[in-house]
Amino acid sequence: MSHPRLKPSQYLILLLVALCAPLGDSCLSRGMSVLPPISVAHPLTLLHAVFTPWIAGGILLLIAFFGCYLTALSWADLTYVLPTTAFGYVLIALLGRFWLHEHISLARWAGILLITLGVGFVAQGPSLTEDKPGGRS
Amino acid sequence: MIAAVPLPAGVGFWAATAMIVTVSITSTIGEVLTAAAMQSIGDLDAIRARSGLRGAIRAVLTCPLFFAGVTFLALAFFALLFALNHLDLSLAAPASASLTLVTNAIAAKLFLHENVDRRRWVAAVLVCIGVYLIAH
Repeated sequence: MSHPRLKPSQYLILLLVALCAPLGDSCLSRGMSVLPPISVAHPLTLLHAVFTPWIAGGILLLIAFFGCYLTALSWADLTYVLPTTAFGYVLIALLGRFWLHEHISLARWAGILLITLGVGFVAQGPSLTEDKPGGRS
Repeated sequence: MIAAVPLPAGVGFWAATAMIVTVSITSTIGEVLTAAAMQSIGDLDAIRARSGLRGAIRAVLTCPLFFAGVTFLALAFFALLFALNHLDLSLAAPASASLTLVTNAIAAKLFLHENVDRRRWVAAVLVCIGVYLIAH
């Protein structure tokens, strides 16, 4: 059985899927943490928050994530794409360790190793099930 | 895994399990419906090459399955918010994320007829444990 190989541009999409979601979440978290507490009685302050640089950046990154995620699902299996999204946790933890010099516990290193192994397992196999009943074009 | 983590006062083990399972099930339904929608639409890169970005966006936005998927993903989001209101972030987020990986693999095999071979099962379990460890 021939395994469909991904093109470099498709690997780039998967990398963006892995990067954009955790970076977007981090931007939202950073943006919300510097804002004063938002009350339900004043919902307009939430609208104001959307236009602050960190939160606007976070929303743009999450929109980019969703676009790349949908694109990846259009040419790869869900069980191929999902471990890639988890690889984002690894990238963020490594960024925190080597860029922000954060401490990473032994349990987190074990988690990084397991996710990397899991993604490696999936990446070595075919990206798409070709002989599905009533399969796609 | 869930029992090993102390629960906030007033939240029983079964209530916590029910909240986490609800997040995982709604999330899995959303992911599978979205994946089915994208499979029915076809390669978005090819559509974009043929009819431009606007054509690709139109193809996605005119697919009813896509909206069904997004609805369930939104429900999963609110179910997670509800869970976070009652449980600690360090329990609810990694437990639901890792459980969802396994339920997605099962649902993808059953409903999307994906070839979830031994390699993908091993990967799903490794990533599931890894996500729990890294996010906890």
